[in-house]
Amino acid sequence: MTRTSMGKALNTALRDALREDPAVHILGEDVGALGGVFRVTDGLAAEFGESRCADTPLAESGILGSAVGMAMYGLRPVVEMQFDAFAYPAFEQLVSHVARMRNRTRGRLPLPLTIRIPYGGAIGGVEHHSDSSEAYYMHTPGLQVVTPATVADAYGLLRAAIACDDPVVFLEPKSLYWSKADWSEDRPGEVPPPGRAVVRREGRSATLLTYGPALPMCLEAADAALADGRELEVVDLRSLVPFDDETVCASVRKTGRAIVVHEAAGFGGAGAEIAARVTERCFHRLEAPVLRVTGLDIPYPPPMLESHHLPNADRILDAVERLQWSDEPAGRTGERGRHAVDA
Amino acid sequence: MTQLHTATHPHEADAAALRAREALLPEVRALRVLGTEQAAGADPDLLLSFHRRLVTGRRFNEQVTTLTRQGMLAGYPSSTGQEACQIAAAQVLRPQDWLFPTYRDALAVVARDIDPLQVLGLMRGDWHNGYDPRETRTAPLCTPLATHLPHAAGLAHAARLAGDDVVALALTGDGGTSEGDFHEGLNFAAVQRAPVVFLVQNNGYAISVPLHKQSAAPSLAHKGVGYGMPSTLVDGNDVLAVHTALGAAVERARGGGGPTLVEALTYRIDAHTNADDSTRYRPDSEVERWRRRDPVLLLERELQERGLLDEAVREKAEAEADALAAMLRRRLGAPAGLDPMDLFEHVFAEPTSQLLEQRDMLSEELRLDASQGPAGGAHR
Repeated sequence: MTRTSMGKALNTALRDALREDPAVHILGEDVGALGGVFRVTDGLAAEFGESRCADTPLAESGILGSAVGMAMYGLRPVVEMQFDAFAYPAFEQLVSHVARMRNRTRGRLPLPLTIRIPYGGAIGGVEHHSDSSEAYYMHTPGLQVVTPATVADAYGLLRAAIACDDPVVFLEPKSLYWSKADWSEDRPGEVPPPGRAVVRREGRSATLLTYGPALPMCLEAADAALADGRELEVVDLRSLVPFDDETVCASVRKTGRAIVVHEAAGFGGAGAEIAARVTERCFHRLEAPVLRVTGLDIPYPPPMLESHHLPNADRILDAVERLQWSDEPAGRTGERGRHAVDA
Repeated sequence: MTQLHTATHPHEADAAALRAREALLPEVRALRVLGTEQAAGADPDLLLSFHRRLVTGRRFNEQVTTLTRQGMLAGYPSSTGQEACQIAAAQVLRPQDWLFPTYRDALAVVARDIDPLQVLGLMRGDWHNGYDPRETRTAPLCTPLATHLPHAAGLAHAARLAGDDVVALALTGDGGTSEGDFHEGLNFAAVQRAPVVFLVQNNGYAISVPLHKQSAAPSLAHKGVGYGMPSTLVDGNDVLAVHTALGAAVERARGGGGPTLVEALTYRIDAHTNADDSTRYRPDSEVERWRRRDPVLLLERELQERGLLDEAVREKAEAEADALAAMLRRRLGAPAGLDPMDLFEHVFAEPTSQLLEQRDMLSEELRLDASQGPAGGAHR
């Protein structure tokens, strides 16, 4: 085993997909000679040629629209959108065509497309380089939305996305590109399929439901919570669409308490959907309302202030204390929270 | 050293670039063939087939418009007046070529010999389109403007990568040329030298907005020049001219010459759809002027001059049109027979557990509805 970064695992996934299936084509801005601004396509144009890993004109709608046509002709395009907010010009293609071509043609024209979007903040990026856009894509029927939080998942989920006969929005957490794990490209190992959530840490006090860039802070909070005698279970959703109600509800029914944690703004976000689903399914097993710890409801702030916007282990721990513990003195609930958390 | 001696002088290079650019500029006058010497060389059988198809196409537009007024279709964007573009577009394509139509191009799809009922699904309120895009080499009718142009570029590019002898023909209107995807689609196609032909049917109005408020370019064909593609201007009511221009563009694409933009000057005789009142934004005199340039009329004049238009020809065309109209009335009048349970099909390759739950819910609702019979109230 070697220490491998998530970026490298993604690169390996693309390389293996290109090797195994001649229908796979990568296209995007700067994916060729430069190897992508995050180097995720590093070396692929050199190895597979410029038609398999193609630099395109700088036009996201055109990139995705061309990929639609390529998929119509039987290819499996993998599109890179470079940065979250740069994908917005392609939004019309995504919602008006990519998401519904299968449905519109009654299954005759599925679009096996992967749309890679580096997303999220905490890398000191200027505006338009740190958005968490998952809720836009989740709200569009016909799109699968997945996001890895571990190196092994980065490889496994991306391979699965490319092999999928449906369009997949593949959200790459920028802050984890350089995170490393013991992982070998010679033996990448099996990961659960997209659509399955995974319990990353067992616990019985409360469940943290999270995905992508927020997983490490949840694990950190779970470590710290032990000091207060709280054993937090951490569930990595991995896939927002399809959503794994089964694993999520099994965990919440076990612990009786749940907090959804994500970087994106809370209002109308993924956490709202997840909290509602959990409440609908586990109401009689819940000891407290499902809470959310999220980014603030503001446009992504300048880098010098982003630490105040982003959720972190402290805010998660504050929220844990608001979960109406029976061993707490009455009236204490909510007082410890320094930060506003929806309750 | 050799390279230095043979290198082009900068000024010579400028002159060459200028010549290359000028070569791309469209002719100021739109190409016309009917009524000119060029038409004299046209094959009589081709002209007669155009006539039959134009007459039938006109009847298609009229009959579907009538059925829309009778409530059998949710709406129909008529292409009356633009039949020459529609017929010529279908005619230049071989079976392996792809057509990318808009919502106003139902007739071009029907002219590709695709079942009209399948083509009218979108307008009828049925599932979007009943035809198989891969089998018929025809993309679904596109409702958002110009978003299908990058699709055509991408598909043509993929076909070229595969070494297949395939050309894509993408249709759009004058309004569509203002959309970002028009520019992105053309630019992609030009950079990739994709075998694709863009036909702009300039019918004067984007719903109510006239061309002069849509574009300040000398012509819409000029827009191709900026992308480095040859562009031509053609009389869109002259079926032979459209056929000639598109035919040349398709051949060029097939031969590896890259994309071409063809602007066809035509006119939408009817309103945008039956929901639109065209008297609010254009004078009757303008419509009348274009009626005198009707594509059927122009072709019949040519046929008459060449002694090709007799009663038998007219009767044959009319009979074909009558049969089509009768078929449309009969089949559009019949119940569509949709199954609500199909709502959950084809959202994903495999339905999600959330969809399966909703499917069960609807199934139960339908079962209760059926058990309560027609007298069952809205509330259970």
